[in-house]
Amino acid sequence: MLQNDTPITPELVASHGLKPDEYQRILDLIGRVPTLTELGIFSAMWNEHCSYKSSKKWLRTLPTTGPRVICGPGENAGVVDIDDGQAIIFKMESHNHPSFIEPYQGAATGVGGILRDVFTMGARPVAAMNALRFGSPDHPKTRHLVSGVVSGVGGYGNSFGVPTVGGEVNFHERYNGNILVNAFAAGLADADKIFYSKAEGVGLPVVYLGSKTGRDGVGGATMASAEFDESIEEKRPTVQVGDPFGEKLLLEACLELMKTGAVIAIQDMGAAGLTCSAVEMGAKGDLGIELDLDKVPCREANMTAYEMMLSESQERMLMVLRPEQEKEAEAIFHKWGLDFAIVGWTTDDLRFRILHKGAVVADLPIKELGDEAPEYDRPFVRRPVPAVLKAEDVAEPNDYAEALLKLVSSPDMASRRWVWEQYDHLIQGNTAQKPGGDAAVIRVEGHDRKGLAFTLDVSPRYCEADPFEGGKQAIAECWRNLSAVGAEPLAATDNLNFGNPEKPEIMGQLVGAIEGIGAACRALDFPIVSGNVSLYNETNGVGILPTPAIGGVGLLPDIDVMATVAFKHAGDVIVQIGRDGHHLGQSVYLREILGREEGAPPPVDLAEERRTGDFVRGIIRSRLVTACHDISDGGLLVALAEMAMARGLGASVKVPESAATPHGFLFGEDQARYVVTVDPSVLDAVTAAAAEAGVEARVLGTVGGEVLDVADIATISVAKLKQGHENWFPEFMAAAE
Amino acid sequence: MKSAVVVFPGSNRERDMVAAIEKITGHRPVTVWHGDHDLPKVDLIVIPGGFSYGDYLRSGAIAAREPIMGAIAREAERGVAVLGVCNGFQILCEAGLLPGVLMRNAGLKFICKEVELRVETTASQFTRGYAKGQVIRSPVAHGDGNYRTDDETLARLKGEDRIAFRYVANPNGSVDDIAGVLSEKRNILGMMPHPENLIEPLNGGTDGRPLFEAALSAVA
Repeated sequence: MLQNDTPITPELVASHGLKPDEYQRILDLIGRVPTLTELGIFSAMWNEHCSYKSSKKWLRTLPTTGPRVICGPGENAGVVDIDDGQAIIFKMESHNHPSFIEPYQGAATGVGGILRDVFTMGARPVAAMNALRFGSPDHPKTRHLVSGVVSGVGGYGNSFGVPTVGGEVNFHERYNGNILVNAFAAGLADADKIFYSKAEGVGLPVVYLGSKTGRDGVGGATMASAEFDESIEEKRPTVQVGDPFGEKLLLEACLELMKTGAVIAIQDMGAAGLTCSAVEMGAKGDLGIELDLDKVPCREANMTAYEMMLSESQERMLMVLRPEQEKEAEAIFHKWGLDFAIVGWTTDDLRFRILHKGAVVADLPIKELGDEAPEYDRPFVRRPVPAVLKAEDVAEPNDYAEALLKLVSSPDMASRRWVWEQYDHLIQGNTAQKPGGDAAVIRVEGHDRKGLAFTLDVSPRYCEADPFEGGKQAIAECWRNLSAVGAEPLAATDNLNFGNPEKPEIMGQLVGAIEGIGAACRALDFPIVSGNVSLYNETNGVGILPTPAIGGVGLLPDIDVMATVAFKHAGDVIVQIGRDGHHLGQSVYLREILGREEGAPPPVDLAEERRTGDFVRGIIRSRLVTACHDISDGGLLVALAEMAMARGLGASVKVPESAATPHGFLFGEDQARYVVTVDPSVLDAVTAAAAEAGVEARVLGTVGGEVLDVADIATISVAKLKQGHENWFPEFMAAAE
Repeated sequence: MKSAVVVFPGSNRERDMVAAIEKITGHRPVTVWHGDHDLPKVDLIVIPGGFSYGDYLRSGAIAAREPIMGAIAREAERGVAVLGVCNGFQILCEAGLLPGVLMRNAGLKFICKEVELRVETTASQFTRGYAKGQVIRSPVAHGDGNYRTDDETLARLKGEDRIAFRYVANPNGSVDDIAGVLSEKRNILGMMPHPENLIEPLNGGTDGRPLFEAALSAVA
């Protein structure tokens, strides 16, 4: 075991992920050589994950405020006003690398971490989602990873008791060596009872709550050196192990304690555990923190200060409490069978001081640990955007019906039922729209009709071709999916997954995507209130597809008028809202049918997006619509097939003669478009309203029968489509390894 | 019309259960903490779903040995109705108040979906609101729902008309498609499906309501 006075060699510095110039910055800052514990603290605070040193400059450009935003980025999660004195608190965070190493625990602790972020602020979690990206279905590890990640997500969320109501699952070979597990959680709180991490008051107790500290996850992020230390070398998993039972107890104990008024500040212990949480609370409140590590509840004997400060053991919290309510607080935690220990005090000297066995093992300036973290303006290059691929230059399918069947049965488009049936999506009894629609909807507890809508979206192939348009599109699609159920989009959280930012072309993707996200957020009044950046997602020098996943939340004043994708009644008229399709570049059709990933992605006209979405939301709320679905991956024909399969009810439609190409019309992925169905009696009202709103509305045909029929082009039974659509996932997972 | 919902560390459908009973009967159940040794006087005791003690060791095994279980056994002996749903069913089996065990689902995966149940007997205060043979809908959400007994016990359950519900399409491998069973005195029901999650239009149906209506109107 290394002692605190271990000589700090250049190798030791490098093994902590600190560059020579970053180490020099530490020397300049403290005026002496750091102790081992101090080096560990710096490496934890200054790594990419905690400091956002490569992305900060660009993240600052995102719109983060709005009339409903109570708290934007910088706290554990974003807080948004949903009327009636209530707030929704949400965030998304990645757990990519751990999930690749150990899929079950990696995914489980990813879910645990994001739930903690939400209830740390005083909210009871009411919805969870996750965006999962795996390698090619043909890759030998894919099945194992899908199986482990899905059981891990379910294993944690189901036991904790939050409904997992939505998400995304995609496959692409660029994730073969680096899968993505992005977990989203949202919780409800009273708007005037939000808890923050800013400590206030000198000499107040700093209290440790929850599970004990072990050696799990020590240096998971920052240390990889073999010659560094014998004891850390003994193949301890760097992936933490989740205890959803412990987390459930922690939730109940925290919410109970918060009601007593004893909590001044609270911060969960996530990445870099005790270090990050203590520094955060002190630095935000302009206070120093002194910790006595002899008081920290430990799971293992003889832990060093270094290990305790860097442990990433799960299900732990740090709080600053009102001293007069200490006993009351302790009783609540003991009732729930959880550890409660006063491990330190707030001070007025702005130092982060760590005591262990009677010695000061670290003594650092607390503000500078965060504020003086390196920040980089990394060089970047924008790759030229590929030329637009004209539909005329893309082959038509030989057989449209076969092509449609192949699309809806393809790995990225097939039903995700195999996944979401392993997640408890019904618990809490408020699920109003289950997984499988455009957005999930839950009723807000305590209200009969008020609801919240949730969706996760991004099209990585678009971002790869054109990061700016791809970033815009991710926001637009998220906003559109919320509108498609009738919700008012409120705000979003972003989880930016990219490769190595030290490569200018990767940095160019990050910059482009953030610019696109910012442009779309501004145009749609859809601020980013929380988020996470995950960089260095590379294996053998090949980066993942740029994947800025967006989680959106919308408000439904009345869930009785929400829309769903399923066709409802034979005889309803099918109307396309928005322009005709023609854009086949980067489309699912191009990739799945022709094996090509080419061209520019569909551009997003943000004004049109807004106009169209506002119109669709309006007609849903006026009860003029019987079903609604956005047009996205796979284009119009896939959207129609999904609406048909959702109810087992067919449709007859016609491609207008004015359409330049039938395959462009049917498979084009042009943006800002929806399909709605309406009763014939209101058709004129809808088309008149569309004309008035400046939105194109084209009657395509009618609902009815057992087949999906495109006049003179394709006829296929809905049952056959559904069979292909539903069978791909279970068959893939059941196939021999 | 009084009811109690028993909460163990790791219970997680107690809020669903409390809300459902309150919506159906207009009376809010009292919640009873696992460490308590006594129960208030009630007409229905419910052990809700969840993962008591994290399902560590075996589902329901640790909860079954808690102080409150002694009180539940005493009340059951007096004839008070006891309903165990999901984890509650597992706890009742582990406590020996119902026969059989619940093992890992045959497919080894957690399953959350709506299933159909056949009402096999109306001779209990839980099922008398349904018709015999009636097929009702109910969500399931469990990883350990595979009900097992020895042959002798199974024969007894059948012979004594104690199988309350069977799955129309068995989702978890349970012996004889059993979804819920009654105690010898017929006042204890254990079932894996969640009737409390199908009680209002928002849930997509109300097939769970008659169970609670009957259970809470049974006591004169």
